[in-house]
Amino acid sequence: MNPLRPIGAAFLRFLEATGRLSEFTAVAVSHCVRPPFYFRLLLRQMIEIGYYSLPVVGLTTLFTGMVLALQSYTGFSRFSAQGALPYVVVLSMTRELAPVLAGLMVAGRIGAAMAAEIGTMRVTEQIDALATLSTNPHKYLIAPRLIAGLTMLPLLVLVGDVIGVFGGYVISIYKLGFNPGIYLKSTWQHLEFMDVFSGVVKAAVFGFIVALMGCYNGYHSRGGAQGVGAATTNAVVSASIMILISNYIITELFFAK
Amino acid sequence: MSAPSNPVPKIRIRNLCKRFGSNVVLDGVDLDIATGESVVVIGGSGSGKSVLLKCILGLLEPDDGIIEVDGLSAIGLGAGEREAVNRKFGMLFQSAALFDSLKVWENVAFGLIQGGRMDRIQAREIAFAKLADVGLKAEVGELWPAELSGGMKKRVGLARAIATTPEIVFFDEPTTGLDPIMSDVINDLIAKCVRELGATALSITHDMASARKISDRIAMLYKGRIVWNGPTAEIDRSGNDYVDQFIHGRAEGPIRMEVRAP
Ligand SMILES: Nc1ncnc2c1ncn2[C@@H]1O[C@H](COP(=O)(O)OP(=O)(O)O)[C@@H](O)[C@H]1O
Ligand SMILES: [Mg+2]
Repeated sequence: MNPLRPIGAAFLRFLEATGRLSEFTAVAVSHCVRPPFYFRLLLRQMIEIGYYSLPVVGLTTLFTGMVLALQSYTGFSRFSAQGALPYVVVLSMTRELAPVLAGLMVAGRIGAAMAAEIGTMRVTEQIDALATLSTNPHKYLIAPRLIAGLTMLPLLVLVGDVIGVFGGYVISIYKLGFNPGIYLKSTWQHLEFMDVFSGVVKAAVFGFIVALMGCYNGYHSRGGAQGVGAATTNAVVSASIMILISNYIITELFFAK
Repeated sequence: MSAPSNPVPKIRIRNLCKRFGSNVVLDGVDLDIATGESVVVIGGSGSGKSVLLKCILGLLEPDDGIIEVDGLSAIGLGAGEREAVNRKFGMLFQSAALFDSLKVWENVAFGLIQGGRMDRIQAREIAFAKLADVGLKAEVGELWPAELSGGMKKRVGLARAIATTPEIVFFDEPTTGLDPIMSDVINDLIAKCVRELGATALSITHDMASARKISDRIAMLYKGRIVWNGPTAEIDRSGNDYVDQFIHGRAEGPIRMEVRAP
């Protein structure tokens, strides 16, 4: 047998999957901008993503801010550069850690739930039933989730920024002996609009990715409970990988000299 | 073409073919369903009956052939055209396929609210009326689908299928998995609903009692083709070995169940 065959076949499968995902994305996005809109469903998704993810995102960013202060202090004190600590904390949080961590946490929480719900609807023929009731499944199921993911993750990340900085502040003041006024002042002083803005843009992209992968994998699941389980796993894994890759690309676009 | 004595059929299917990979499911199905007629397609499990319905509804894309609804092609339509065609249809799914995130009455009202853009209060009234039509008490309307028995789910599915007063109703194995008495209740409901709507009905089943009760005409699907097609009254003297074997449920005959690898 030709040893190149499996490689070629895998490559073709990859192209096919990419094509299907692109088509799905294009159709779903076109339904996001064309009426009718399902505002009740959109509101429900926004609450599900934005409000109910607050505890997870809050806890993650709080402890990350705290650890960041501790670790940076150890490192910087070797160069007597402790003064840069507030700046490092706020910069790392806004640019990188809040968006990436919130994205990954939401991928686990929301992406999995979306894939499981839509996948169950697929294998129990509820999606077919939607179509026979003259309701477009893309518009009814997918569009509200994409819009909610795109808009809610940036808000979550802004909250996460504040909580993360607060975590660093608490450790710096109560454990490392920083002066509160000076700490806050140097946090503000060096922070630029671009630092926060790039994090928010990342969050929007990540939120879209999470919702898209949840919906796509759920929508194409087949074969009963096992298929829904596989779809859920795929949704979380593929969203996480895409978040990390796109994180690099967006950083490159914003900050590469 | 269409002489006055032979008007355009409500649904016209010619040479319909559908395969999944190497599994040829439909292999040239020809079927006409006249307006107001009730046709039942019988056939063994896995013979492609559900696939036939899904092709007509545009849920599956056929590989070849013609499907016309009211004389207009119903294959390869855009999303908007498809929605318009599907407005003519109501469908009871084999598994009922109720939306489990919505209450029972919201399920029944779904086509009115989302598809028909009716306001919720009015749609709710119609939904409760339809639930009463299928013999369910008003309390059931406030339950969730997960709280219903199999027979109740079928009835809710039936109420949902007819709530928008469709011109054509499809029933996918309406009585499978129900006890004989509940089957008969559902059969009566189907016959009554179809009569009251004046709708064209296409049902699929492998339950002969059900087929005799709700049909004007029976067609038998075997190996991807319609092997016999005639009035219900003539099914016992069809002279077709496949039909005879099927309606008498014999293991011996031209239909070979694939229980062994060939
Ligand atoms: N979505 C699908 N993908 C692949 N195969 C399918 C699909 N739907 C149905 N089939 C195959 O088509 C055949 C007929 O299925 P179906 O129409 O559900 O049978 P039935 O007559 O019992 O309703 C089966 O062999 C089934 O495996
Ligand atoms: Mg079936």
